Amino acid sequence: MRRSFKIVVLAKQVPDTRNVGKNAMKEDGTVNRAALPAIFNPEDMNALEQALRLKDRFPGSKVELLTMGPPRAADIIREGLFRGADGGILLTDRKFAGADTLATSYALSMALKKMNPDIIISGRQAIDGDTAQVGPQVAEKLSLPQITYVEEIGELCNDKFTLTRRLDNGVEVVRTPFPVVITINSSAPACRPRNAKYLMKYKHARTLTEEQDNEHNSYLPLLSLDYLRITEWSVSDVGGDESSYGLSGSPTKVKKIENIVLQAKESRRLTSEDKDIDELIKELISLHTIG
Amino acid sequence: MNNIIVYIETQEGKIADVSLELLTKGRTLSKRLGCRLEALIIGESVEFHKDELFAFGAEKIYIAEDPRLKFYTTLPYSAITIALFKEGKPRIALFGATPQGRDLAPRVSSALSSGLTADCTSLEIGDHKEPRGEKEYKDLLYQIRPAFGGNIIATIINPDHRPQMATVREGVMKKESLPVAVNGEVKRINTTKILTAPDFIVEIIERHIEERKIDIKGAPIIVAGGFGVGSRENFGLLSELAKVLGGEVGASRAAVDAGFAEHARQIGQTGVTVRPKLYIAAGISGQIQHTAGMDQSAMIISINSDPDAPIHQIADYAIVGDLNEVIPKIIRAYKNNSK
Repeated sequence: MRRSFKIVVLAKQVPDTRNVGKNAMKEDGTVNRAALPAIFNPEDMNALEQALRLKDRFPGSKVELLTMGPPRAADIIREGLFRGADGGILLTDRKFAGADTLATSYALSMALKKMNPDIIISGRQAIDGDTAQVGPQVAEKLSLPQITYVEEIGELCNDKFTLTRRLDNGVEVVRTPFPVVITINSSAPACRPRNAKYLMKYKHARTLTEEQDNEHNSYLPLLSLDYLRITEWSVSDVGGDESSYGLSGSPTKVKKIENIVLQAKESRRLTSEDKDIDELIKELISLHTIG
Repeated sequence: MNNIIVYIETQEGKIADVSLELLTKGRTLSKRLGCRLEALIIGESVEFHKDELFAFGAEKIYIAEDPRLKFYTTLPYSAITIALFKEGKPRIALFGATPQGRDLAPRVSSALSSGLTADCTSLEIGDHKEPRGEKEYKDLLYQIRPAFGGNIIATIINPDHRPQMATVREGVMKKESLPVAVNGEVKRINTTKILTAPDFIVEIIERHIEERKIDIKGAPIIVAGGFGVGSRENFGLLSELAKVLGGEVGASRAAVDAGFAEHARQIGQTGVTVRPKLYIAAGISGQIQHTAGMDQSAMIISINSDPDAPIHQIADYAIVGDLNEVIPKIIRAYKNNSK
């Protein structure tokens, strides 16, 4: 029997914290957000590639992206469309704001219930928090199995997928039925580049919010084409318990934020004496460079 | 019970170091709170670990043994943990930030709607007053962790939800057994009452333990060695330091060419370019072809016995000395000063 799947990729727009150069910190030691571009979370790119590979292997499958964020996170959906996804949904509403991982996974799981996919794939973790929590929490909320740290989606046999997990100390191969939530490691293959054909087709894809924004009005005539409409869902579109969203749905609270003040570059000479080494380590710990 | 519970992870018949580190930390926290320190261990046959857990201060050990639990899989392990937490209502639950802990803890936290803070680097007890002073909380767990790519340090609290859950990476906390083991109790969990057939729909069909792939680009801390390290064996010292600090080992081209380290670890013009938070260059002279791949690191420490080595020029801290002497001192100083 030929199979096809409905696949949803969970993707997040994140500040690029990986290449934090010296200009990414202001003089007072706070983060200069303007110097950090918003990017497609790297491991979510690996996840997108796995979804597109499934679509290649099982013709007729559909790949959709689901992201939560401010209106500008529509970039995530467009990026997915340029690389071969079929559509996407942007969860955007002030009521989603301030969500920790639990409230985030609640919102995503409510949207997923509406989308009803066979396979949910996301990156293992996002580089702005590195928590790796949202995948497992979404799985729990949907009462689905979760397979984390996946490097490869292998064969399908008797309605079960064989998956290879890459762990710290080795490899584990598991077999799982679906629906299932899969999180993908950065060791999985990189995402294919944008496809020129899709870039042409979708470059004017817009959300309603963007269309209403003046700077995009020049494309207005095109927006009658259905495939150029990126769907936005608010709290009222996904339903559920309002107090479980956003800040009020977040059990964890940030009590304090300390910025790390970078020291001026000035070489200090030390000897191998115990006293010097001990002072150095104490200093590094107090700067939170280590420990 | 309103106690502190540590999830004990076993790897190949041995308790993971991180679990013992968490028990060590748990002793301090439970003493401060005047509550009991407990442990949960799951597996096919794990009761023999109890003496080691008592030696690390566990006062009560929950044991879930079942032939179906020989290897970790998410659903049955989380079902047991969730059932125990629902019944016992611990105030704090700690997990290692290992692939297993990072798979299990979020699942448990979601089922209990409790908060979870990943990869904490410090755990403390403290009070909290709401900004507008409407509510005051006593003795919360401060979950302290770097965020935003390590550029900020955040203190996270869970005022209203229990358990307060946190994961901690291996090697972050100190591991120290008691001089005299606790005379504690053992409570067996009835697994057949908790586990059902759907918990076993995911099967492990193959496992092999092997050397982990090298991910030098993503490492926040890199301990790199050059030709001056002298031998492949001496690189072991660098690995030890990298492990303690939670980093990766890198190498200069000269060290790779000499066979001291794998090619995947090579940093520089002909290797990878890295920008970690901390770069420790040991026995590296500092040729431009190497420094081109690492001079954007946020902080550089050089260790070289030659006071005129160019690497000292670009270092924030230049240690003039023998790396075989300096690195063990760094490891010792780190262990003494952290927590």
